[in-house]
Amino acid sequence: MSGLRWTIWLPLAVFAAFLALVGLQLYRPAEREVQSAMIGKPVPQFALPAASPDRPGVSTADFRDGKPKLLNIWASWCIPCAAEAPQLAELQVQGAQIVGVAIRDKPEDVAAFLAQYGNPYARIGADNLSSIQLEIGSSGVPETFVVDGQGIIRYQHIGDVRKRDVAILLDKLKEAGE
Amino acid sequence: MRHVLLALMLAFSLQAPALAQDSLPPAPYAYRQLDDPEQEAQAQALMETLRCLKCQSQSIADSDAPMAGDMRHQVRIRIAAGEAPESIRAWLVERYGDYVSYKPRLDGATWPLFVVPLLLVLLGAVVLLRRFGRRP
Repeated sequence: MSGLRWTIWLPLAVFAAFLALVGLQLYRPAEREVQSAMIGKPVPQFALPAASPDRPGVSTADFRDGKPKLLNIWASWCIPCAAEAPQLAELQVQGAQIVGVAIRDKPEDVAAFLAQYGNPYARIGADNLSSIQLEIGSSGVPETFVVDGQGIIRYQHIGDVRKRDVAILLDKLKEAGE
Repeated sequence: MRHVLLALMLAFSLQAPALAQDSLPPAPYAYRQLDDPEQEAQAQALMETLRCLKCQSQSIADSDAPMAGDMRHQVRIRIAAGEAPESIRAWLVERYGDYVSYKPRLDGATWPLFVVPLLLVLLGAVVLLRRFGRRP
């Protein structure tokens, strides 16, 4: 019987471990970012009309011209998108080609946003149904994808592009071009 | 104090996207039911088991986030076009991973969830039998 003595504590220990797990999860909620499962896969089929009069729209074929690009999903009503504008401008100065898609946006709002924060985009598509987000596995704005010259998605950046992300994105673009 | 301030600023900066709203009307089928009640029932059942990615504890059937509306639109037009609900689920899982679906799936990572309760019940039965089964 003495061999059994310590085992009577086992259920309590399991219960305590369970409580600790619950406490930990309450204290530190689960990761909220949803990574796209499309990394390594081709850009899905889509064709979006122009969101701005002075830039063409965006379609899948635009990503297959041999040059790696950034696909920036943004919106004029999204505050972090305004915060990342200087970084996108910096990326463009450093030679990155940036293709934009404006989510659920009015042409006049897009124009006002670009006038205020600058226009680093080579093309801007208008997506009023978030369809490209559903196609590419993006769950919010802004998100930035690195797409190689064959149209394969290589990297996803979730949230606004901050200063330290500029070098990372340039690296990823370079990798995608090799 | 500076850390607290920084944490507060970070918390608010992370919340900003949820507060910002677009000015476009909802997608056509975000709030409109399909005309065929059978198809609408199929769509509704599927929407209740798909996660809203903006408001992650809600299903897209529950959420008023614009993106959830766009997802409902997508589900309804695909159902109306004759696509099977499970194929729409698979289409979303291919893009977002299993996280987008609330319907548990039996696979290499989830089998313990199904097997462990059975083992525990068996273990309980064995313990009870050993305790009380041998009494005259």
